[in-house]
Amino acid sequence: MASRLWASKAASYLRLSVFHRGFSSVVEDLKYADSHEWVKFDGKSAVVGITDHAQDHLGDVVYVELPEAGTTVTQGSSFGAVESVKATSDINSPVSGKVVEVNEELSSSPGLINASPYENGWIIKVEMNDTGELNSLMDSEQYTKFCEEEDAKH
Amino acid sequence: MTVSQIRNVGLPLMKLVRWEGVPILRQLQLEEQLLRTSSENWCIINDGTKNPTIVMGISGISKLGKPAELLKLDRVLNDRIPVIRRFSGGGTVIVDHGTVFVSFICNKDAVSGLQPYPQPIMSWSSQLYALVFREFGDFNLRENDYVFGDRKFGGNAQSITKNRWIHHTSFLWDYEVSNMAYLKHPARAPEYRMARDHLEFICRMKEYMPRSVFIDRTIEAVETHFSLRPVRLEAMETDLNPRFAHSTKLLTKQELEAAGFESHLKTSSLSHSL
Repeated sequence: MASRLWASKAASYLRLSVFHRGFSSVVEDLKYADSHEWVKFDGKSAVVGITDHAQDHLGDVVYVELPEAGTTVTQGSSFGAVESVKATSDINSPVSGKVVEVNEELSSSPGLINASPYENGWIIKVEMNDTGELNSLMDSEQYTKFCEEEDAKH
Repeated sequence: MTVSQIRNVGLPLMKLVRWEGVPILRQLQLEEQLLRTSSENWCIINDGTKNPTIVMGISGISKLGKPAELLKLDRVLNDRIPVIRRFSGGGTVIVDHGTVFVSFICNKDAVSGLQPYPQPIMSWSSQLYALVFREFGDFNLRENDYVFGDRKFGGNAQSITKNRWIHHTSFLWDYEVSNMAYLKHPARAPEYRMARDHLEFICRMKEYMPRSVFIDRTIEAVETHFSLRPVRLEAMETDLNPRFAHSTKLLTKQELEAAGFESHLKTSSLSHSL
């Protein structure tokens, strides 16, 4: 009981929502796609990664296939892949635009995606074409509910 | 209606393709294209592939020098064994006429209650094959391999897109000992392998069941989930876009030689620094 209270206080400080049933964390102020990618935005600049829910379900990431800087990405379309266990899984961009930076650390340390999905495990930075696309994404509350419903269905 | 037709009413449709000896490169390229561009469910069974071929997973050529960690490159180059980089994850295998391939390509909602992630798909496949192998051996899924006891006879790989997934398996019906000599012991190996040499780690399916029984039983097991419709290869290929850009490819001699050279450089610089 005491540790759960501590965890709630820590989560509140870090602006994390922790739903105890699923154990995946969701960060406020980010936007989320239904294919489990997140985007942090500031004006036309965006940072993209995969969520804690996604990394938890995928397992240990052993390889990340990254695009090159300068590549065009389209909302909802694949731009790269992660390999975990015996599977490659597509990473889909939550926004359209141009890739301006790629997290090269992931080439030597793919496990950053598991250890720090919202911080050091970021995957690409994008210059967005149309910030209006963000309106079609879920906020943290909607995404938390989406994950709960998805897990409950299976 | 026949009994099996009555049983299949209400099951999702799956197209069944049965091949014999189709080259593995052609099979993998077709599978990649069906995964990415088809909206239908598919089961592909390829009974053997003509020439011995090494097939590496997506990360097999990711870093220069990596093929040299997985393959005895000098021998591979000398004997001109083809090396393919496939679109799915997983490890390196050598396949030939003794390998039977079974692949499932499905929409993410095709199997009711199945989450489209690696572990649930792997688990679903193992339950299907448990039906196939009942009475024939101590079958199990062990760290993502199909085994009889503690000996591997089936290697799995998957690729998962936004709305679809593929789970494909290469089954060791039989193998040539000489072919296994092209592969090195991988750095990333399952725990249950326990540092066993390749030939102590794998087994031949033919010592457990007849080949035709395996294929027939696999089809019967698939029919518990899907209503199967046989399709011919030629009919399939006319519907496919010939300009599809495959990531599955045959590695060139230059790429393999460069991989061997890079590995040599790494080894040399290590020994100098010591």
